[in-house]
Amino acid sequence: MSLILSPAPHVRTKNTTQRLMLNVVISLLPCAAAGIYYFGLRAAIVLAVSVVSAVLAELVWQKLAHQTVRINDFSAVVTGLLLGLCITPSAPWWMVMIGAFFAIIVVKQLFGGIGDNFLNPALTARAVLLASWPALMTTHCTPFDAVTSATPLMTGEASTMQLLLGDVPGAIGETCKVAILLGFVYLLVTQTIRWEIPVFTVAAAALLSWALGLDPLTTVLSGGLLFGAVYMATDYVTSPLNRWAQIVYAIGIGVIVVIIRKFGAYPEGVTYAILLMNIAAPLLDRVMPQKIYGCRKARKEAK
Amino acid sequence: MKATFRGGVHPAHGSKAQTQGLATRSFVSDTVRIIMNMNIGAPSQPCVAKGDHVKIGQVIGEPVGFLGLPVHASVSGEVVSVEPIPYLSEQPAMCVTIHNDFADEWVELHPLGSVETVDPALIIPAIKNAGICGLGGASFPTHVKLSIKPEQKCDCIIANGAECETHLTCDHRLMLENPVRVVDGLRAAMRAINVKEGIIAIEDNKPDAIEAMRKACQGREGVRVQVLKTKYPQGGEKQLIEAVTGRQVPSGGLPIQAGVIVMNVATCAAVADAVIDGKPLVERIVTVTGAVRQPANLRLRIGTITEDIIGECGGFSGDVGKVIFGGAMTGMCAPNTSIPIAKATGGILVLDKQDAASVEEGPCLRCGKCVEVCPIGLHPLKIKIAADADRIDECKRLHVMDCTLCGSCSFICPAHRWLTASFKVAKQKLAAQAKKGGSGK
Repeated sequence: MSLILSPAPHVRTKNTTQRLMLNVVISLLPCAAAGIYYFGLRAAIVLAVSVVSAVLAELVWQKLAHQTVRINDFSAVVTGLLLGLCITPSAPWWMVMIGAFFAIIVVKQLFGGIGDNFLNPALTARAVLLASWPALMTTHCTPFDAVTSATPLMTGEASTMQLLLGDVPGAIGETCKVAILLGFVYLLVTQTIRWEIPVFTVAAAALLSWALGLDPLTTVLSGGLLFGAVYMATDYVTSPLNRWAQIVYAIGIGVIVVIIRKFGAYPEGVTYAILLMNIAAPLLDRVMPQKIYGCRKARKEAK
Repeated sequence: MKATFRGGVHPAHGSKAQTQGLATRSFVSDTVRIIMNMNIGAPSQPCVAKGDHVKIGQVIGEPVGFLGLPVHASVSGEVVSVEPIPYLSEQPAMCVTIHNDFADEWVELHPLGSVETVDPALIIPAIKNAGICGLGGASFPTHVKLSIKPEQKCDCIIANGAECETHLTCDHRLMLENPVRVVDGLRAAMRAINVKEGIIAIEDNKPDAIEAMRKACQGREGVRVQVLKTKYPQGGEKQLIEAVTGRQVPSGGLPIQAGVIVMNVATCAAVADAVIDGKPLVERIVTVTGAVRQPANLRLRIGTITEDIIGECGGFSGDVGKVIFGGAMTGMCAPNTSIPIAKATGGILVLDKQDAASVEEGPCLRCGKCVEVCPIGLHPLKIKIAADADRIDECKRLHVMDCTLCGSCSFICPAHRWLTASFKVAKQKLAAQAKKGGSGK
């Protein structure tokens, strides 16, 4: 009888990479459904083009680079879905496609693939599209009748209930806050993400906007803050590893969002806030290291 | 209040249920194979030859060196061979095989009587002569642990009844069935080195054991039960000390530097046997579980062969994949079923082919889950990258030597990376390097 030999441990978690990514996809379904409900077929097309392009880009790259093809880990699906959900439903298909290719090939694969990108792929692609086609990216439309309109952040016109349900112009997945919160709860229950980053991001934004004389509730419920806090800021690769660094990172995002919204030239600042803090994440980990068991005294003595 | 530590995981939930309710029963086989390196330190020197007749408790291996311990015959009968056999580590182990004559003849014992009245100076020698080492798995000689230097202060001995490993219930059963022995052993150790406080630490998933131990503590001097949160690796020495006393063992140091000594509850019971009855360590409780027909808690003689134990439990159920000595988190794979149990073997866990299937390592997601669960506060993902590239100096800078190899990071890793295994190799390399450097000085 031959026995299998292996090092310990002999039991592994069922939350595999594939499972975690699938959790994110599932948690995004309410957002996608709400987007399609409000913005109709065009939203569905944007999402489909984005997801298919992202997966295709990953497949082609990994084939050409002679790497193990890992599209079944669902990470490209997540990137595609996130990109589609954070752009306007009126975006032309070719622009969405370029965005997805950019996210996967330039931001993710050129830096080493899954786990090695230092910026959030979907968000970076969004920033690139915004810089390249500002008019197309900021053309929003009203729900249902699809009349071109400005977002509430530009006009300041929308009731709290409208903001909560998503019955306002905006990006496909960002408008319906109820759907986002539903997804957030799912991610927490399945232990896919921790609560700290979204909660501290939103709390910091609310607090600062209150201090600056803005309505904190409107700050939280308008634009992409909630979506960004739950889905973009919590990206594993581009957020800090250490607990305290994560909290400072989250507060940084909330603060920058409000500063851009209040003082900046843009009506919305979530994308840039998160990307800026992505870049700061390794630095935060470095200046706020974890306490290592048994090393407290040693450090004091060294000082 | 329930004490605990930071980090940790909850592996294999409910895995203890298989044997938790099963009372311990004895099993004695007709052959035992007793290896000479059952504890940390130099292997003992066999002092019997083929054909010799031995009695239970007779010394068959003489201690060698500072950490050496005597090894005793666990059955009476005839020595049939003295030869090396393959064992859990790569090195073969010298082994004395004894054929049991079932006469159950003991050597003459020298009981010292009640632990409360015995001369404290006699306790540590009795522990050494009984061949007792840490029975929780570390197998460090107990008499060395208790021989503290005059400049070292110890104000508390913790009896470790956390039993955080998956599947194992041997300590749980011991605390239920023989709580007084555990308290006796703890008291003996306390009296031996004049320590006033003894704490029996138990995870809150064993309420019946907590109850039994509390009862056994009544009317005894300086001993109490501390309830711990159920979380792996709560029974790890460093985590236990942190949870119970709030102190930390300094990096690279020993528990005594935090003023604490930790002893497994089974070790305590063995100490009680050695002092009260003068009995050497010749048997222990072993949990046999997993893919066997009748999982059980067995009281086994040291040296009982795996095959016989599995047979006593009704044989394997299903296709055997792995036979693990210990629990699923830190246990070692047996190379075959003819190897015997040692003093520190608390369990035999059988995994079927499906559960034992090897997992493929994926790319690191940098999700940080390993950082979150590491009870030491390390960055396992970074150490792994350094270890894979053989940059062991970087591993050292990242504190790999503080890693206790608990396996929490490997368990939680969604990419199923072999983190703990690579840290073990890095630690071995660094230890070898330090040895070389040390001898050069």
